[in-house]
Amino acid sequence: MGAIIDIIGALLLVLGTAFLFLGGVGLHRMPDVFNRIQVGTKTTTLGTLLTLAGAACLHPDWSLKLLLIGLFLLFTNPLSSQVLARAAYRSGAKKMATMVTDQFGDEPGDRS
Amino acid sequence: MNSEVLSSTRQSVELFVTLFMFWVLLNGSLAPDTLAIGCVAAFVIAVLFRDGLSFLFEFRILPSSLWASVQYFVYFMKELIVANVRLAIIVLSPSLPIKPGIVKVRTRLKSRMGRLLLANSITLTPGTLTVELEDDWLYIHWVTVEAVDMEDATTLIVAGFERYLERMYG
Repeated sequence: MGAIIDIIGALLLVLGTAFLFLGGVGLHRMPDVFNRIQVGTKTTTLGTLLTLAGAACLHPDWSLKLLLIGLFLLFTNPLSSQVLARAAYRSGAKKMATMVTDQFGDEPGDRS
Repeated sequence: MNSEVLSSTRQSVELFVTLFMFWVLLNGSLAPDTLAIGCVAAFVIAVLFRDGLSFLFEFRILPSSLWASVQYFVYFMKELIVANVRLAIIVLSPSLPIKPGIVKVRTRLKSRMGRLLLANSITLTPGTLTVELEDDWLYIHWVTVEAVDMEDATTLIVAGFERYLERMYG
């Protein structure tokens, strides 16, 4: 039984780091700030959650702390990305020329 | 005036209790000096941020809202996984098939906590990132724009979470 849980834990760790790695690749490949923030937020959230779950399987006595770290992450990670995205928009970060629509910029009133 | 003070005090107490519980669980010890430090820190934060938000604030404690929370959590995890797989596919495609844009959507939620959770959920789900929250309007950056029209975009992005959050926070 213990061996099976160890294997599941190891698999979760590998999967988590794989998502984190893809996040890194995405940061490199995406063309502008907003797309990079998107990749960064989603992959780090799931990647870290999976890594935490893996760690919980390998060290069951850490479970409670890991769960708290996970909850904290779920609340703070998207929030910081939103603040970053808003700050980037308002300070006039370079946007992709091929953006399909920009209904935020179309609004009356100067936001920059 | 009086009820305002009362609700502000209630919020402070809720924040204090939440922070203190968090501290004790993270430390995993009930030693007097650990508890004293946590107590002081939680008190200072609760006083400084008494107008802030806490999880319990505005939450409706009803069986139906608790059930909605469970459904919300399951739906959220599913969407988070879908978001990651989709982005992984985009990132690994040599042609990088993206079609980004910023769309405007509307929410029916009235409570602050409900709106915060909605904005957070949107950020963590397939291809969408909340850029700004203004009254009833959310501005969403979308990696692959599927609808430019406000009504259609609202249905695609907001409706899924809104139906649970509406029952949780109103």
